[in-house]
Amino acid sequence: MSTNIIEVKDLGHQYGEFKAVDGISFSVGKGEIFSFLGPNGAGKSTAINVLITLLKLQNGEASIAGYDVRTEPEKVRESIGIVFQEVTLDRDMTVWEILEFHGRLYGMARSDRKDRIQEILELVKLEEKKDTYVKKLSGGMKRRLEIGRGLMTRPIVLFLDEPTIGLDPQTRMRMWDYIRAVNEEGTTIFLTTHYMDEADNLSDRISIIDHGKIIASGKPWELKNALGQDLIYLETSDNKKAAAIISDLVHVSDVSDKGKGILITTNDDGTKVLPLLIEEIRGSGISVITVNLKKPSMDDVFVHFTGRELRDDKPEKISTAFGRR
Amino acid sequence: MHYGFMTIYWRDMIRFVRFKTLLISSLIQPALWMAFFGIAMSANFDRLGASIPPIPGVPEVQYLTYMAAGVIAMTTLFTSLFGGIVLLFDKNWGLMREIMASPLPRDHIIFGIALSGMTKSFIQVIIVMAFGLLIGVQFFAGYTIGQTIIALLGIMLFVGMFSIGFLFFSAAISISMETPEGLQGIITLLTMPIFFASNALYPVEAFPPVLQAISTVNPLSQLVNGVRYFAIGDNFTTMGIHYVYTTGEIILSFSILVVFAASMFVVAWWSFKKAVVT
Repeated sequence: MSTNIIEVKDLGHQYGEFKAVDGISFSVGKGEIFSFLGPNGAGKSTAINVLITLLKLQNGEASIAGYDVRTEPEKVRESIGIVFQEVTLDRDMTVWEILEFHGRLYGMARSDRKDRIQEILELVKLEEKKDTYVKKLSGGMKRRLEIGRGLMTRPIVLFLDEPTIGLDPQTRMRMWDYIRAVNEEGTTIFLTTHYMDEADNLSDRISIIDHGKIIASGKPWELKNALGQDLIYLETSDNKKAAAIISDLVHVSDVSDKGKGILITTNDDGTKVLPLLIEEIRGSGISVITVNLKKPSMDDVFVHFTGRELRDDKPEKISTAFGRR
Repeated sequence: MHYGFMTIYWRDMIRFVRFKTLLISSLIQPALWMAFFGIAMSANFDRLGASIPPIPGVPEVQYLTYMAAGVIAMTTLFTSLFGGIVLLFDKNWGLMREIMASPLPRDHIIFGIALSGMTKSFIQVIIVMAFGLLIGVQFFAGYTIGQTIIALLGIMLFVGMFSIGFLFFSAAISISMETPEGLQGIITLLTMPIFFASNALYPVEAFPPVLQAISTVNPLSQLVNGVRYFAIGDNFTTMGIHYVYTTGEIILSFSILVVFAASMFVVAWWSFKKAVVT
């Protein structure tokens, strides 16, 4: 038995003819924060639903906390906590009742429930809201309550499906702090997200998933390094000619046409490469109109691996090159 | 873990007492049936029945008393048929996923909902009876306290078994349906034949044979038989019709309810087994 908490091999799931998840394999180590990053409809939720045993395991192998998802679903259920994508709280129950109900569902003893509810309320900072109805809570509080509920039964691994969807930027950041705090207490975390910054900020490791397949995996910096060191975007009076000139330079690892401009991937410090590039281009009688230099973001990583942008349906925009901020 | 169904029961009862409109309307509605329909109809039926000579030595009961058993049955029927709808709402609001992803065995969901629905029916039945006695329903006439208690227990036994059957059924269609409208449609469709092809409001003796046959196996008729047997007695006349219930008949009625409940449980169990909630 390895120390991996989640072990998945060739997992596949079909709805009729449609392959929602198409043979994915990955593993999550103890204490890790692992992310599935991909656009809506990539198969993230289907994969998570199979792992948490809400959907039947059709193809492949999966084990969680050492229990086989196919043959020991009850054991799997007892070992995990789940925070669903949509809010799954009864608006007309109080915070305390939500946690009490959950504890009872999982067969926790009365005294244990009492202590644990107190701990959870402290952890997610909802002590004062104990007797408040869910409908009176803010979006961030609801999400915190759901995370608290997911932790109620002291799961070995917590599944978070799009944990910050629909939250404002400030609340999102605070959410990330909670998730990190939970992780530091020893809970392994599996999360799905379509937010680049979320995957980048939170994860120890990321798998990029698209069309039901994992297309790249690694630590955030490893994925970003796959793109080279820096990205330089140029608009010139003659993009074609400029591209031909610089593609032969030593510090340039890739040049791609972005319509109005060209995108250059460097294999050295961009701040030093950029003046050289401009000199070369100018020397050939081409004038440089616009310059931009940046470190690759997860957006760029996604574009690099999938060939398309995560959230934008308009392909030809500057954002194609530099992501959206 | 063996008492997992109590968790489902607990939550559903919280909702029942918390939604004041739901609570109050579900308590007042059967009383209103008694007050308006009961009094209006009994005025008519008693006038017609008065022309028929009474059978000597057999106690005669007023129509109001006769139909009170029907109102009890009807209230139980409606409450039970709609008892599972909470599952459908839970499913549509995403709340069901928490339950379905928990280690709680699925039959406990069915039992929990059935138990809370049954509790609601008991409360309603007590209110209907209390209100009925207030407006002149002659239940338990001439009974000793001991006999009254036994009669009450008997009524509750019938009400409980009947409501469980329909709650299982309601849970089964709720978990299989996508929208409350669909559920409402099915329930409305079923309510008519169940309610009117029964002996709840009027004697079935004048029914055409097909309707009579339906009425004979109709679970609602079994419940009404049981309630009348315990609340009025085994020998009475109303509207010129002589009712005699033998112990065997009552046991048969109860057995039909047991068989009905058991088969509805199988239907519910099967529906939950194949239900996928994501």
